[in-house]
Amino acid sequence: MNQLVTMTLDGRELCVGVDTVQDVVRLETVTPVPQAPDWIAGVMNLRGHIVTAVDLRARLGLPAGGDGSGRMCVVVDFDGDAYGLIVDKVSEVIAITDDQRDGDPATLPAAWRAISRGVIRLDDALLLEIDPAHIVSLPQSRAA
Amino acid sequence: MDDLIQEFVSETEENLQAVDDDLLKFERNPQDAGLLDEIFRLVHTVKGSCGFVGLPRLEALAHAAETLLGNLRDGKLTVTPGAVTAILDTVERIRQLTSALARTGEEPEGRDADLIAKLEVLSGNRGPETGPEDREITATGPTPETLIGGTSAEDTAAERGGTGSPQSIRVSVELLEELMTSVSELVLTRNQLLQEHRHQASDSMAMPLDRLSAQIGRLQDSVMRTRMQPISGAWSALPKLVRTLALDLGKRIELETEGGDTELDRQMLELVKDPLAHMVRNAADHGIEAPDVRREAGKPETGTIRLCAAQEGGHITIRLSDDGQGLDPDRLRRRAIETGLMSHADAAATTETQLTRLIFAPGFSTARTVTNVSGRGVGMDVVRSNVERIGGTIEVETMPGRGTTFLVRIPLTLAIMPALIVGSAGVRFAVPQIAVAELVRTDEASEHRMERVAGTPVLRLRGKLLPLVDLGEALGLETAENADHVLVIRSAGMVFGILVDSIYDTEELVVKPVSKALAALEVYCGNAILGDGSVIMILDPNGLAGDISLVGTDSGEEPENEEEVENDREALLLFRSKGETTPCAVPLSLVARIEDIDAEDFERSGGEWMVQLRGALVPIVAPDADWRPPSEGRQPALLFTRHGKQAAFAVDEVLDIVESKIKLELSSDDPASLGTAVVAGRATNLIDIAYLLRHRLDPAKAKEDAPRILVVDDSPFVRNMLGPLLAEAGYRATIVADVDEALTLRDRGERFDMILSDAEMPGAKGLEFARTVKAGGPWSGVPLLALASLGSVPETQEGRAAGFDRYVVKFDRQTLLQTLGASFDKERAA
Repeated sequence: MNQLVTMTLDGRELCVGVDTVQDVVRLETVTPVPQAPDWIAGVMNLRGHIVTAVDLRARLGLPAGGDGSGRMCVVVDFDGDAYGLIVDKVSEVIAITDDQRDGDPATLPAAWRAISRGVIRLDDALLLEIDPAHIVSLPQSRAA
Repeated sequence: MDDLIQEFVSETEENLQAVDDDLLKFERNPQDAGLLDEIFRLVHTVKGSCGFVGLPRLEALAHAAETLLGNLRDGKLTVTPGAVTAILDTVERIRQLTSALARTGEEPEGRDADLIAKLEVLSGNRGPETGPEDREITATGPTPETLIGGTSAEDTAAERGGTGSPQSIRVSVELLEELMTSVSELVLTRNQLLQEHRHQASDSMAMPLDRLSAQIGRLQDSVMRTRMQPISGAWSALPKLVRTLALDLGKRIELETEGGDTELDRQMLELVKDPLAHMVRNAADHGIEAPDVRREAGKPETGTIRLCAAQEGGHITIRLSDDGQGLDPDRLRRRAIETGLMSHADAAATTETQLTRLIFAPGFSTARTVTNVSGRGVGMDVVRSNVERIGGTIEVETMPGRGTTFLVRIPLTLAIMPALIVGSAGVRFAVPQIAVAELVRTDEASEHRMERVAGTPVLRLRGKLLPLVDLGEALGLETAENADHVLVIRSAGMVFGILVDSIYDTEELVVKPVSKALAALEVYCGNAILGDGSVIMILDPNGLAGDISLVGTDSGEEPENEEEVENDREALLLFRSKGETTPCAVPLSLVARIEDIDAEDFERSGGEWMVQLRGALVPIVAPDADWRPPSEGRQPALLFTRHGKQAAFAVDEVLDIVESKIKLELSSDDPASLGTAVVAGRATNLIDIAYLLRHRLDPAKAKEDAPRILVVDDSPFVRNMLGPLLAEAGYRATIVADVDEALTLRDRGERFDMILSDAEMPGAKGLEFARTVKAGGPWSGVPLLALASLGSVPETQEGRAAGFDRYVVKFDRQTLLQTLGASFDKERAA
């Protein structure tokens, strides 16, 4: 699991393990789901499968980004369901070695720490690896 | 192994698995009432099943545990670690006994006096003097091995591996599910293709598309059938249950079943078993009286429980009735007060219909004593929630002294759901059609007015108030003030309306569960992909009604008595037209016959399509301008006769003939449609065949031919009713609401062959109108008929004096049409 998909969100460099990624698609028609948490953008059709679209900006408390057009969706599997993480841009797939992994900096804000699996050190950049499980397993639904 | 035992084992194993998580949570959080409830229900189910399968050991154990759980649940005891341990031990013991049962087919020898004693002490049913014993037992509880006796895995395999029938093979349910999913996708893709193709008339594609479409239809049908089983599988255990119950209760009970061959989805079959057993148990215990009581009441000593299943449209109705004592409203009322559901004042003011619905409320049981059979407050509320979980509805009707009837409606399958697509604030939602009893359009001017009571929207429906849930408001959408369509939802003791902006269509949805991130939202019961490829959320009407209290809502009408229903019913011919999924209907009485026309018999004459039928050239009425006869094969058509001439109306497919009440009034902008009605559980487009025949067949001639009638009536209801009625009878009707409007038409030079006027408009306007018309002017010679309500005969003298030629009764359509016909004949003869 040393291959990662890299992406950009609000100028930040993120990545996610390639084994959890099902697909990368352009964000298309999303059906809103009223009463859902604000970071759920809605549901969409991915070749006959229903994918719950997650507005990562809202999840991380970032400012809303434009009208959403041209944005990309990284579809990940979690607990039998498919979730589409909406990001600004998906860049490439990279291979890393274990010694490039590092822990979270102690000063990482809580919202980020909650979804982080750690930092990846590249020669020219630092990537935050996000954990799909932590993005979609929600305190809201546990309470209900 | 006995089939029943096998059933019991698999059911209990499933239940135990389901409760596993709950048990762990319960251990951590023993104060959680919901968890306690779940565990209580499991144990109750186990006990009930043991009773009739004949497993005394398990039954005794479950009974003791249930007593303790019941006391904990009702708050009579507080949850202590000791109680938690005892419950966990009991569940574990049940698991051991069940797996032993699975291996040997028999309940293992032995007793559970240890656990039972402990449970009874904890329940407070036995003195504390058994305390020391209790402690000892905890330490020396038998191990699973000694308890069950030596059995090995080999035995199990031998026991389970039966010989298969050569005519059938075993296929895993998983594979069938996969097939179903693929076929569902195929159907969606086909629908998309067909939609695309309709926009671009490339005929080379038409043929292969038709064949593909038909083939997919057949494939879907076959795959659906692989999942279907006769419903009798769900009630095979019931005769034995009834027999055992009758013995236990000292009653004489007979079980009659009907429609056991009605097929439904295997998955549904499993899910409907428990509720049915619960209901039968209730009927035997609470419904049927003891033989001597029945004799005194003049009834046969043997009580009857009848179970009927039938398929109606896309769902199955199961009717369970008993000829027992019925529900006693006074007892329900007392019980409602006892359980704190109602205050004395509320209870006194509550109607009997509302009271009967209380039996679906949690913790409501009217059995006077706690028996072994039922009456612990698990009962109809569990049945209701089980039925609702599978997308069904349940209703109850009772006649004190005569019996009780439960009507359960469940979908044929969980995989495909007929749904109504509605819109609110620009977002589309699907509503399961099984829950929709009626569609009503609110209208300021009509009797269906939407009003607000302290801000809460309500609808006046047939003289009662129907509480409304504004969908946009409930979902927190930005709504414009134009929601005017109401879906009347009737389900388990609740009737309410959902207010939406628009109603689009019906569609068969392949239901998929929502992702776990959305599972906590109670207003949705699933999502699905529409024919156009977009995703739609499916609303759960019960979840939406979450805050409507069960007690405060009335049905808006009393249950119709049988006779009324019979009179209202009309035989309808259902068909599909224009490639749409929504079925269309015409009254069967208008259809002369159904023809299957060979493609070669069509010919073109004078720019119109005609067909040779039994030597006569019959014009084709096409559903729309683009219609073309098929290039090969056959074309189904409905044959109508009008003024002695025949016409064939081309349809896609004749579906069915059903008897149905037509009562709904979602009007349509399409002049060829009378509106939408729920027929056989589906929204159906009622086709105005008279309009089609007149306008499509020969517009110019039809216009000249049809007698013109002017109708003057101030009641919108009468105006709405007469319009379609007269049109159907072949008249051209002009309908106005008041006298002044009518006179304006006269002054404008409009000519009519007959005038129908309300004779009883306020302020004697009707009589005045008659005098004015007859006094002179272009209309003085036109026959003038008075529309009167029944019982206003004394006024006819006055009416005749004013100038009315004849009187007809408004609401008697038969007489009205006859009178009109007779009047015209007289005119012509004269």
